[in-house]
Amino acid sequence: MSLNYLTPEFKVLRDYDKCINCKVCMRQCANEVHSYDEDLGKMVADDYKCVNCQRCVVMCPTHALTIVKHPQVFRENANWTYDAIRDIYRQAETGGVLLSAMGNDRPYPIYWDKMVINASQVTNPSIDPLREPMELKIFIGRKPDKIELDENLNVKTKMPPQLTLNYPIMFSAMSYGSISYNAHASLARAAKELGIYYNTGEGGLHKDFRKYGPNTIVQVASGRFGVDREYLKTAAAVEIKIGQGAKPGIGGHLPGEKVSEDISETRMIPVGSDAISPAPHHDIYSIEDLSQLIYSLKEATDYKKPVGVKIAAVNNVAAIASGIARAGADYIAIDGFRGGTGAAPKRIRDNVGIPIEFAIASVDSRLRSEGIRHTISLIAAGSIRSSADIVKAIALGADAVYIGSAALIALGCHMCQQCYTGKCNWGIATQDPNLVKRLNPEIGYKRLVNLITAWGHEIQEMLGGMGINDIESLKGNRLMLRGIGMTQKELDVLGILAAGE
Amino acid sequence: MLKEGNIRIPSGCAISGIIDRSGAVFSGQIIADSIATMHDRSNGLGGGFAAYGIYPEFKEHYAFHMFYDNTKSKQETEELLKANFVIAYEDKIPTRKTESIKNAPLIYRYFALPKLEVLNANEITDEDFVVKFIFNVNKNVNGAYIFSSGKNMGVFKAVGYPEDVAEFYKLETYNGYMWTAHGRFPTNTPGWWGGAHPFNLLNISVVHNGELSSYDTNRKYLEEFGYSCTLQTDTEVAAYIFDLLLRRHNLPVSLAAKVVASPLWNQVERMSLKEKELYHSLKMIYSKALLNGPFSLIVTYDNGFIAINDRIKLRPLTAASHGDVIYVASEESAIRQVCKNPDRVWIPKGGEPVIAEMDQQNVSEIFNKKEVTA
Repeated sequence: MSLNYLTPEFKVLRDYDKCINCKVCMRQCANEVHSYDEDLGKMVADDYKCVNCQRCVVMCPTHALTIVKHPQVFRENANWTYDAIRDIYRQAETGGVLLSAMGNDRPYPIYWDKMVINASQVTNPSIDPLREPMELKIFIGRKPDKIELDENLNVKTKMPPQLTLNYPIMFSAMSYGSISYNAHASLARAAKELGIYYNTGEGGLHKDFRKYGPNTIVQVASGRFGVDREYLKTAAAVEIKIGQGAKPGIGGHLPGEKVSEDISETRMIPVGSDAISPAPHHDIYSIEDLSQLIYSLKEATDYKKPVGVKIAAVNNVAAIASGIARAGADYIAIDGFRGGTGAAPKRIRDNVGIPIEFAIASVDSRLRSEGIRHTISLIAAGSIRSSADIVKAIALGADAVYIGSAALIALGCHMCQQCYTGKCNWGIATQDPNLVKRLNPEIGYKRLVNLITAWGHEIQEMLGGMGINDIESLKGNRLMLRGIGMTQKELDVLGILAAGE
Repeated sequence: MLKEGNIRIPSGCAISGIIDRSGAVFSGQIIADSIATMHDRSNGLGGGFAAYGIYPEFKEHYAFHMFYDNTKSKQETEELLKANFVIAYEDKIPTRKTESIKNAPLIYRYFALPKLEVLNANEITDEDFVVKFIFNVNKNVNGAYIFSSGKNMGVFKAVGYPEDVAEFYKLETYNGYMWTAHGRFPTNTPGWWGGAHPFNLLNISVVHNGELSSYDTNRKYLEEFGYSCTLQTDTEVAAYIFDLLLRRHNLPVSLAAKVVASPLWNQVERMSLKEKELYHSLKMIYSKALLNGPFSLIVTYDNGFIAINDRIKLRPLTAASHGDVIYVASEESAIRQVCKNPDRVWIPKGGEPVIAEMDQQNVSEIFNKKEVTA
């Protein structure tokens, strides 16, 4: 075994004037950073093990702890960066693919932050949402071209199945396995309370959560985990997962050690066996195969539930989306390259896929030019960080957004990007019963409800400022956006004007 | 500076509309007097009128009113016109020299019917063919613009105050059973005649006071149904939405009103089962046809008009009746000017339509009690 060349990433600073040796930090840290040195009679820390999840910082009763970026540097080199060098040390030592979690953290441009939103002045009064009605309700599903009425104004048009959302926001697919029972419990309960939906991800639906079925979207992914008649029957909608923004073109792998009794039952696989999701669905090698699966699922659910398809945002996303619309899907969820994950190869996460801003704009434009945009709903995902991102996504052409990372952050996630280790000190991305119980679903669901309610208020304020009182009138309303600091080509792809134009 | 049509210009306005439901015709002077009362609501950068029942001698023919920038665009358009239509009569629209109306384009009109062989070759209805023809000329013939295309009706508009426009076009010499008028207050100085109201397509015309916050959403929705919005005006979008709903989707006027100013969800939830199903479907299917933002507008069609506000009434609209005559205007003064003692004067609530039709006994106010109150 050669020498480990890695130095610590973080440094634990302890204010010994404040530390009372209570050992809370030691008990809280699943990474075993903190320990009590009997000889010295004081707490010590192993910086090497620290991932900067800040559990100890928050829990310390005397606020004695601070975690900082380790001051140790390499000789400055604009080309051979800190990460580039350390990644090589790691791979030279292990011979393995580098793992990572959560979304792409590289400094690519964030186009949300290069777009600004319009407001009314004089010619068009702004609307105060505290005084005037302001509608956020939307529907996900196919819409007919026109309404057909008989002579007594009875509706003859049969409406395809729809999901009804009180906010244009849903909780993104995160499987039981990748996140904990209590995290799922929080998401499901919040979705019900808010009148929105959460997505089971590909890990099946725990029997305890079937009662949330009317607010549940179940996923059918390449591993087909947990898919049976009951699963499809319980859900409000079914989503075929083709890809994920964090790892387009890549399958998934839940290590056997995480497949507990409970997860085994939910996923319908033996305890301790690896759960492998192949990269492609092995019954979908083309668009016509996808169509067959869409209609199989519609048959299985008596055409009473929307069947959607989730894809990663890739170069050809517009044409793929058009194919999916024509293949019979009721909605398309598009996940941008910043989308989160419980585990993804680092090189894939950081280099594959395109930003969701471009994907949504080009898909919306393409479907419109083909005259089929109104027949399908479009959901944007892949790093929606605030209500402003949502307003921009909808103005670019989305009907609603999925949030994943933001929801987990509301539950306490500190973005330490170590989900794949299973040692989540916040009880979110772990199956360790002692860690899971740190996340109280009673509190968790309320925090999620708070977040979405707050974002709802903010969206209403922004809509009112634009002189709009129904979120439907924001959809594809790109005149409400202006770009700052973009090239003409970028503006053209987004279909927006530059600020001042 | 970009000409209107290449850039979107918000504007405020005055509107007025009068119909005699018995079908009796009256002179354009009356509507001119009405709109002139609201002089201060416009700024001299656009005025116009729509007149119904003015061409009884050619009532089966499409009456095309044209602006030409020059003789070249006239020649080019006439070639297209003659290749596709049989023209019964054509002339220069009579005008008189008016001090404040300047830079007039060439203004012509043609009474025409599409050639049968052309219709047969295209296998479409004559209305669809005419619409296609209009889009083609307005988009592709440089300097030509068809600003009126209905039957037994005509639009007259110009850059100027509406009362000057009436004088310019000698509107006192026309007699119609229904008239609308518009005075414009654009927030820019484009000075393009085509940008004035009313906006017309076939027999539907729109005069509009307002700014659509939903413009881009509405425009993109319409484009999916083959409309091309060449003018970048809110009024064009409003006109096409009514064309889509009334002509192509056969919705009754009362329901078209409930699309452009839809009831709120919490109102829909309180409706009877049948109404709930109707409004649920309407709101879902036509969510992008909702006209959002402040407006009052009058849409005229074959046999009547509908006047309506946005659902929280952010622009003024007053209505009145006197015998068979129904009046609507931005301000009551514009009605009192031409009708001293109306039988009834009322201010419609937000989203509550005033529908006045020839063959109906009463002005109908559909689902009145469930209206949105601001």
